[in-house]
Amino acid sequence: MTDEFKARISAAGRTNAPLRIRGAGSKDWYGHALNGEILDTRSHAGIVAYEPTELFVTAKCGTPLAEIETVLAQKGQCLPFDAPRFSPTSTIGGVVAAGLSGPRRVSAGSLRDFVLGVDILDGEARALRFGGQVMKNVAGYDVSRLIAGSLGTLGLITEVTLKVLPVPVAEVTLRFELNQGDALDKLNRWAGQPLPIVASAWHDGVLTLRLGGARAAVEAAQLKLGGEKVGADATAFWRDCRDQALPFFAAERLWRLSVPSVAPPLALPGEQWIEWGGALRWLRSDSPAETIRAAAHQAGGSATLYRAPAALKAQVGAFAPLSAPLLKLHRNLKAAFDPKGIFNPGRLYPEF
Amino acid sequence: MKPRIHSHERDQDFSDVDRSAVLDALGAILPPDALLADREDLKPYECDGLSAYRRLPLAVALPGDEAQVVAILKACHRLGVPVVARGAGTGLSGGALPIEHGVVLSLAKMKRILKLDPYSRTAVVQPGVRNLAITEAAAPHGLYYAPDPSSQIACTIGGNIAENSGGVHCLKYGLTVHNVLRVRGVTIDGDVVEFGNHALDAPGYDLLALMIGSEGLLAVVTEVTVKLVPKPEVARVIMASFDDVTKAGAAVADIIAAGIIPAGLEMMDKPATAAVEPFVKAGYDLNALAILLAESDGTPEEVEEEVAAMRAVLEKSGATDIRVSSDEAERLRFWAGRKAAFPAVGRISPDYYCMDGTIPRKRLAEMLTAIAGMEKKYGLRCANVFHAGDGNLHPLIMYDANVPGELERTEAFGAEILKLSVELGGTITGEHGVGYEKIGSMCVQFQNDELAAFHRVKTAFDPQGLLNPDKAVPTLHRCAEFGRMHVHHGETKFPELERF
Repeated sequence: MTDEFKARISAAGRTNAPLRIRGAGSKDWYGHALNGEILDTRSHAGIVAYEPTELFVTAKCGTPLAEIETVLAQKGQCLPFDAPRFSPTSTIGGVVAAGLSGPRRVSAGSLRDFVLGVDILDGEARALRFGGQVMKNVAGYDVSRLIAGSLGTLGLITEVTLKVLPVPVAEVTLRFELNQGDALDKLNRWAGQPLPIVASAWHDGVLTLRLGGARAAVEAAQLKLGGEKVGADATAFWRDCRDQALPFFAAERLWRLSVPSVAPPLALPGEQWIEWGGALRWLRSDSPAETIRAAAHQAGGSATLYRAPAALKAQVGAFAPLSAPLLKLHRNLKAAFDPKGIFNPGRLYPEF
Repeated sequence: MKPRIHSHERDQDFSDVDRSAVLDALGAILPPDALLADREDLKPYECDGLSAYRRLPLAVALPGDEAQVVAILKACHRLGVPVVARGAGTGLSGGALPIEHGVVLSLAKMKRILKLDPYSRTAVVQPGVRNLAITEAAAPHGLYYAPDPSSQIACTIGGNIAENSGGVHCLKYGLTVHNVLRVRGVTIDGDVVEFGNHALDAPGYDLLALMIGSEGLLAVVTEVTVKLVPKPEVARVIMASFDDVTKAGAAVADIIAAGIIPAGLEMMDKPATAAVEPFVKAGYDLNALAILLAESDGTPEEVEEEVAAMRAVLEKSGATDIRVSSDEAERLRFWAGRKAAFPAVGRISPDYYCMDGTIPRKRLAEMLTAIAGMEKKYGLRCANVFHAGDGNLHPLIMYDANVPGELERTEAFGAEILKLSVELGGTITGEHGVGYEKIGSMCVQFQNDELAAFHRVKTAFDPQGLLNPDKAVPTLHRCAEFGRMHVHHGETKFPELERF
C-alpha cells in the first residue's frame, strides 16, 4: 500500500502538483482551505501491534480511531488525551496530524505527549521511521512529536505508535454554581493540591468537574470538594464536550483561545466555554480578529480561528501569526521534509 | 575564512579557526573573569560525566545574561567557530565534550530562579538552575518539579532540556518534555526564539518538543518555564525479592496488566544489590537474584488501595519476600540503595561504564541472559539496574582504565548491548542521550535516509553546523567507518551501509 502512496508522491513531485492528505475528512474544516488532489489514506489500515503490558498500540494511518479504542477498551485501556471525534470514521492518522486533545488533556497530557513513534513518507517519497515503541527514547531528534499537529505539511504519516494507559478505576462528575471569575480561581487553587481532577468545563455560571482515579481517592475528593453529583448523563456530557457536539459549539464563528489557566476572565464580547482548568477558552464572537488575538496574546497565549467561513480564515489567518524567527524555522523545516512543497500547502500557514 | 556548510556526509574540520581572533571577539563581550583560555583553567571543562573522553577547548565563555549569549553566538557564527553549550557537566554521553578549536559556552552563571508562582504552578528559571533547586524552592507551596534524574542534586535544567532527562518517577509523571511549557533559546545566528508559551498549546509546529532532547545542536537555552505539580500526600514503596530474573520481569508486566501505574518501578540484579548494600545498608535481600522496588503515591486512601493491589500481584507473581516501607525514613532507605547504585559500583571497581538502552519490558530476561554471556566473552563484570516500569536498562560495566585494552573491551561490550537493545525492539538511549559516546550506535538504529533527515533538521536551525558538531547524529562517512571497524573486529556487519 505504501508503494502506491510513494508513487503518488513521486508523481506529484515531478509535476509540482500539491497533494491533499485525507483520512475520513472529518477535519477538512480545520486550518485553511485545502489545495491539491486528494490522497486518501483509508486503504492503509489496521492495528499492527497492541501490547497491553508494554502500554503501546501501533496502527496504520487509515485505522479508525473507534476501532483502536474498542480494542483498547477490551483490556481496560485508553488513549488518555481524549481526542475529539468529529465522525465515527475518523482515522488515527488524521487524529495525530491534527494534534487535537480533549477535556482530559489538562490532567493526562496532550496527544503529542503520547506519541512514541511515527513512520512517514517525506516529500521525496522516502520512508522514514522516528521514535519507536518504548516510552523512553532520546536517540535522534524527537521528530515524531514534531509531526503531531503539523497538519500533514511535513509528511504522510503511514504508521503511528501511541502510549496507552489504564482507564481510571472510578469516576465521578460534580457540578457547582459559580461565576467565571470564581470558577477560574477555584480551578487554579484545586490544581495546586493533590486532587484527582481529570477534567473541567465551565459555561454560563456552571462548573462541571470530573474526578477520576483510585476509588478511595475519588470518594475522598468528592467529600472535600462538595458540589452536586451528576448522575447518569455525566458520560454523555463529557463525550459531547470532547466531540464539541454540545449546542455551544454549533457556531458559525468559533475561536479557540489557549491561555495560561490563571489568565483572568477575558473581557471579550460573546459567549465562552472554558476547559482545561482555565487554560482553554472557547469563544463565540463576531469581534474583530485583531481584538481577540490581542487579548489572547496579552494574556500570554494565542487564539485560533477554529470554525469560520474559509474566506474569513484566509483573510485573518486560522492560526496566530508566528514571530519572524519562528516563521523562518518553520519554513526551513518544511523545506527539510517537503522541499517541493507538495503536502497540504497553506493548510497551516499561507507561507508554506 | 571560507564559509562552512554543514553536510550529512562528513564531519567538519575546524583546524583553521583563528584562536586570537576568537579570543579578541569574546574578550570584547565578556569581563576577564568570564573568559577562560589558559590550559589549567580549561582543564575542568575537558570532559563531562563521561570521563573516558577528554578534549581541551580553545576557550570557555561564561556569560552572565542572555545578551552576552547572543553576542557570543553571533561572534562564533561570524568566525565559524564551533560552540558546545554546557550546564553542570553531569551528562553521561559526552554531550558536553569540548571540540578542539571550539568554544565551550558554560551557562553555569545563569542560575537564578526568575519567578516561582504557586498559583499558576510554574517556575521561570535560567538554564543553570539545578533540577533539585527548583523542587526545593517549590516545596513550601506543596509543589515540586517532577522529573528527578539521579544527578538531580547537581544537574541543571538547561542540561535536562538538552537530554530530555527522565528519572525514577517518569513512568507516572513523564519526562522533561512532559513537564516544560516554554523554552527560550538563541540560535547560532543570534536570533532569540520562544518555543512554547505559558499556555498549554502554541501555534505552529511543536518546536518545543523538537528542542527538548536536541542535545545542544539546535539552539542554546537561556530561559525555561517548568510546570510544578502538587506533592503527593504520602508515598510508600514495596520491596519484593525474586529468585529468578524472569519472574521479576514478569511481575512488572503483571502489575501493569492489573491496571496499575506505579509512581516508580525499579529493578536491581544480584551484583547491583551486592555492590550497594555494604555501602548504603538499605536492607536489601542479598540472596535474591533480583529485587523490585515499586512505589505508590497519592492520597493516603489511594496509596493504601494501590499497595494492597500491588502486593497481591507480586505474591501471585512468585515474589519470595515482600516488604512495605512503614515510614518515610524506611522509604528513603529503600530508595537510597537504588539512587547510590552508580557510586557504589564506583567503589568496587576502578572505573565503570554506564549503558542506557531501552527495551520492551518483556524482553528483559533475554537481555540479562545475553549480558551474562557478554561478561564471559569480554572478561568483564556487569551490574544491572533497571527502570523496569519504562524498560530503561542501565548495565554498569566494570573495568580498569589502567589495564591496557580494558576500555576498548568495555566499549565493545557496551556497543553489543546497544545493538541488542535495537534488535529487541528498543533504542540505544533512553535518557542519557547519544552525545559523543553512542554516535556509532546511531548507525545501528537508523537508516541513512533517517540520519540524513536529522541532518536536514539540524541545517534548518544551524546551516553551518556550528552548535555541538560531531555529536548526536553521525555523518554517513562516520557510519561507514563504524561499520568497517566492527567488521574488522569480527563483531557485526552492516552490509546495508553505503560506503564513502
